[in-house]
Amino acid sequence: MRYIRPLSIEDAVGQLAGSAGTAAILAGGSDLLVRMKGGFVEPDLIVDIKAIEGLSEIRETADGFSIGAAVPCAVLGESAALKKAWPGVVEAAKLIGSKQVQGRCTITGNLCNASPAADSVPALVAAGARASVVGPAGRRTIPVESVPTGPGKTSLAKGEIIEAILLDKRPPRSGDAYLRFIPRTEMDIAVVSAGVNLTLDESGVVIAARVAIGAAAPTVLLVEEAAQVLIGSKLDEAALERLAKVCSGACRPIDDKRGTVEFRRKVAGVLAKRAATSAYARAGGK
Amino acid sequence: MNFDPRFSGRKFTSVGTRPIRPDGVDKVTGRARYGADFNMAGQLVGRVLRSPHAHAKIRKIDTSKAEKLPGVKAVITAADLPDLTDGDAAMYDVLDNCMARGKALYDGHAVAAVAAVDARTARQALKLIEVDYELLPHVTDVDEAMKHSAPLINDAIFTEGLEEKPVKPSNVTKRSQFGHGDVHQGFGHADFIVERSFKTEQTHQGYIEPHACVASVSSDGTADLWVCTQGHFVYRQHCAQLLGMEASKLRVTSSEIGGGFGGKTHVWAEPVALALSRKAGRPVKLVMTRDEVFRASGPTSATSVDVRIGARKDGTITAAEATLRYSCGPYAGSWAEIGAMTAFACYRLDNVKTVGYEVLVNRPKTAAYRAPSAPMAAFAVESAVDELAKEVGMDPVEFRIRNAAQEGTRSSYGPVYGPIGIGPTLEAAKSHPHMKAPLGKNQGRGMACGFWFNFGGQTCTDLNIGMDGSVSLAVGTVDVGGSRASLSLVAAEELGIAYEQVKAIVADTSSLGYNDMTDGSRGTFSSSMATISAARNAIKILRERAAQMWDISVDDVVWENGHAIAKGEKHGNLGRLSLKEIAVASGKTGGPIAGHSELVADGAGVSFATHICDIEVDPETGATRVLRYTVVQDAGKAVHPTYVEGQYQGGAAQGIGWALNEEYIYGKDGRLQNPGFLDYRIPVCSDLPMIDTQILEIPNPNHPYGVRGVGETSIVPPLAAIANAVSNAAGVRMTHIPMSPPRILAAIEAKRAG
Amino acid sequence: MAGVAVSTTINGDHVEYLCQPDETLLDVLRDRLGLTGAKEGCGTGDCGACSIILDDRLVCSCLVLGAEAEGRRVETIEGMAHGDKLHPLQQKFLEHAALQCGICTPGFLIAAKDLLAKNPDPTEEEIRFGLAGNLCRCTGYDKIVRAVQDAASVMKGA
Ligand SMILES: Cc1cc2nc3c(=O)[nH]c(=O)nc-3n(C[C@H](O)[C@H](O)[C@H](O)COP(=O)(O)OP(=O)(O)OC[C@H]3O[C@@H](n4cnc5c(N)ncnc54)[C@H](O)[C@@H]3O)c2cc1C
Ligand code: FES
Ligand code: FES
Repeated sequence: MRYIRPLSIEDAVGQLAGSAGTAAILAGGSDLLVRMKGGFVEPDLIVDIKAIEGLSEIRETADGFSIGAAVPCAVLGESAALKKAWPGVVEAAKLIGSKQVQGRCTITGNLCNASPAADSVPALVAAGARASVVGPAGRRTIPVESVPTGPGKTSLAKGEIIEAILLDKRPPRSGDAYLRFIPRTEMDIAVVSAGVNLTLDESGVVIAARVAIGAAAPTVLLVEEAAQVLIGSKLDEAALERLAKVCSGACRPIDDKRGTVEFRRKVAGVLAKRAATSAYARAGGK
Repeated sequence: MNFDPRFSGRKFTSVGTRPIRPDGVDKVTGRARYGADFNMAGQLVGRVLRSPHAHAKIRKIDTSKAEKLPGVKAVITAADLPDLTDGDAAMYDVLDNCMARGKALYDGHAVAAVAAVDARTARQALKLIEVDYELLPHVTDVDEAMKHSAPLINDAIFTEGLEEKPVKPSNVTKRSQFGHGDVHQGFGHADFIVERSFKTEQTHQGYIEPHACVASVSSDGTADLWVCTQGHFVYRQHCAQLLGMEASKLRVTSSEIGGGFGGKTHVWAEPVALALSRKAGRPVKLVMTRDEVFRASGPTSATSVDVRIGARKDGTITAAEATLRYSCGPYAGSWAEIGAMTAFACYRLDNVKTVGYEVLVNRPKTAAYRAPSAPMAAFAVESAVDELAKEVGMDPVEFRIRNAAQEGTRSSYGPVYGPIGIGPTLEAAKSHPHMKAPLGKNQGRGMACGFWFNFGGQTCTDLNIGMDGSVSLAVGTVDVGGSRASLSLVAAEELGIAYEQVKAIVADTSSLGYNDMTDGSRGTFSSSMATISAARNAIKILRERAAQMWDISVDDVVWENGHAIAKGEKHGNLGRLSLKEIAVASGKTGGPIAGHSELVADGAGVSFATHICDIEVDPETGATRVLRYTVVQDAGKAVHPTYVEGQYQGGAAQGIGWALNEEYIYGKDGRLQNPGFLDYRIPVCSDLPMIDTQILEIPNPNHPYGVRGVGETSIVPPLAAIANAVSNAAGVRMTHIPMSPPRILAAIEAKRAG
Repeated sequence: MAGVAVSTTINGDHVEYLCQPDETLLDVLRDRLGLTGAKEGCGTGDCGACSIILDDRLVCSCLVLGAEAEGRRVETIEGMAHGDKLHPLQQKFLEHAALQCGICTPGFLIAAKDLLAKNPDPTEEEIRFGLAGNLCRCTGYDKIVRAVQDAASVMKGA
């Protein structure tokens, strides 16, 4: 086993691509180290990406935000501009783990760990976030929902690293929100979750919507039909009820130690309603 | 000297104050040494290989590859721990639990162990051990295990306690029964009868410190063991017996202990560490991982309980009956028996009957967990009592007050009570401001009572007075949460000196006589009794020395406020001699001054508590929030009230976790699904409100200061109190613990559906 | 497996050590440097007993590799008191009996220190959520929260 800390992304990609055995990217380590401790992985090469130039920065660009892959969630929460533009994404990221975990964990790691219950992912999917991927073949930008392909599996090829998560600039009257259900108040993995992102017109009618449900299928679900339910509405009671129904119906959950199929179905709808209400208020809707 | 343990009313100077504990600074600076904080030169790392199967025959274990791995110094299996238990069935079970012999009986059962130069080598060595398992059908549910069709865990078990010895073996090891009167007749007089079945899932003590020890066996047959334990003397006994050593050749030192709650009353890996050290000829450090702690140590029983209680219109209970089934893991236990004893202990009953069944399952060996077995029985009984009060149309507190046991009541488990605190705790709860706090929408209030016996037991204490007048107190009961402070207060009180003048330590097994475990809430009760006795013995010597210094008869010397005083007219011109003055002169008056005490502390004094809590339920998700929580409990006499409050709060918090979210979850394959703190959900700081406490002091007549055990009772009422609150908030009776959100939501939905 | 040479600062002192690439900082502190104040309650980030401060961020040392400490600043419980003068939090934990067994205490103290550094005047709720990554099984948290509240008011006054 070797541990390296490259200073450039090219070097990191080169080392990963050239490694003979198994290689692991280390960001905050809050998934990787747990899996190593449990004996589930024993990488031959650990590539720590935290010293790579630029990866620890949040940049505000003309198009929006670029969140470096090594930015810990605690830092995300300290960025006033990001919080203002994408409160739902930030609140999702802030839900991951404890203060201790926050000091280390990254949203890119959360995405690449490919857990269906990852907290930041439904919020990112609802936000229409994209991932900037660097690999031996160069750079490409892909929607975040195309990264996880199943529990613990991603579409990234050998040698590929996500460099940053990109979020668009906000149109006026936009708001997003994320809610998860956990049995305790902290330190639990989501039993089911919902992220909602809305844009309103001047009269408060929803003109754009994205709804994502977490922990209800092998990957986060982008529920197209739920968005259609909201668009054109002022989030009246009837629209919310339909939203809940559509979201519950879209779930393909399993029974496991964290919850039952019935529970996840039912609560997915409840959370979608509540997240939509919060996103609507953040967008200035009344 | 004959020690008179009877209570005598007195005014206290030190007892009842709240000084800082003597071990405090070390604990806030990181200097205190716990189980895993100790190391020896040349020590090896020990690790245990555990069965991944719930039930399997071990056909063969091949350790040859592991032995050949460079850096591996010893590999052991059951063959290295031969059976020396000589027909002692309980010890045989302990041995089998330490290292499986022939069959693996649960997921996590130890099958082999290695000692190697470092952790990585040890881990690799485990992978090289080949175990040939033959899988057997398993059963993990307590009700399933009782069925005739259930897989048999041990075919040599024939239920004990039946009128006729059964012809076929089963998973029920014992039936026990308690009670008096005629329940059949009693139910005949009832106007209302509530009958219900309840279930509780298995929980773990959840101490934050994993089991850890360092074992060092020398070729001359002597050995040292450093270990986190609730009872180093008992560990010495057990380890010596299992390894065929003389007890006096094994010195056990108890480290600071990072929580036990009953889980560290039992040897698990210590005999394995000693066997590894013996084979390797080097010290071995063995620390369990959190996964191992959950899979292979601890837990309490899972239970299934049927309750039936009847009452007249005026609210008098006419009969009460319960059948209790407790899982024991794969070895015989007496858990249901204790549950059956405690179930109705709070009440004054003419007709009562309880029956307990001990049930074997393919889960880890059940260990004590704080007032073991009582919380589950109380959950069932106190839930039914609440329902019955409703049926009768009485306030639940009034209903309980009406039926509460009193001094002179014959308890449901046999003995007649002396002065007890159930009535006073109920009255205090009734008039507590909590009862009047406003409740909002979806909020409910619940209350419940609890009982625990408390134990005394064998205790030995040394009190040595230094030449400078300072006092060192050596006790043999492990300090699990501030008892060194409490015992120093007691020594100071008895000697009449300042708390700061006393320093208490926990002595190792070679420095002091035998002591039972710190369990059964006995630590402060029994060691304070022994401390008082030791101090009184020392005072006798102090008086003799003073008499010698004054050259008068010892009969004329009394001990008051830390001084020898010559009494009587003729000694009017003699001043007082302080403890220090006598100590300074001791070299010339006969040598060191000390007081010793060896006793069996009897009459620990039963204790009762009443808890009140408010819970909010989210009807759309089944989520719960604890809004307010109040503990009222009788302490007899609170020696250090802050630590008494701490015991009340800690027990309540554990009970809240048990009631709402903690549970062992087994898969169909019989493997534990949640052996970690992420999914075994103990309460975190943001889950709880402040926990209000009210200490009542109804003196225990069998202790000089009136002290009762306080450590355990506080975990008895919460399950029921919370179940009653949730049931009131959600409008549906909850009968399955934990009341996790999916269970609550399912109950609400079922009610909505009609 | 080749060892990694690390040069770092621990409680203000320059420290150098060799560790394995997969060794956690917690193991390095406890087993190589004899700093056993940080405890291992789980090894997987769930209990907070191993809490330390790494470059002004509160982290679980069981979820940091020893190799990652290169060039960083590490603060542990052993560095919390100034000589024989206890930190106000340590003093208040003693006065309020915010510890029973004490195994969780070093982690709580470090986490509380970080909390108060970032928020000198926290509400009860902020304290409870701020310390949710630290498990205590003995106290029910009541006295811990009170000790932190009391320390906060003392430290504001100072
Ligand atoms: C106590 C605890 C509590 C937790 N609670 C939560 C929670 O509430 N919600 C939640 O969603 N998660 C939770 N987690 C899981 C974990 O913290 C998150 O998934 C976290 O976001 C992972 O980020 P990281 O930077 O630590 O990932 P790492 O462990 O560093 O990496 C995770 C995975 O992603 C890969 N990876 C990392 N960065 C990149 C990159 N730039 N390009 C390509 N691949 C990469 C790694 O190789 C690894 O496979 C918890 C974990 C712990 C220990
Ligand atoms: S040991 Fe690090 S969080 Fe438990
Ligand atoms: S004091 Fe024991 S775990 Fe906190």
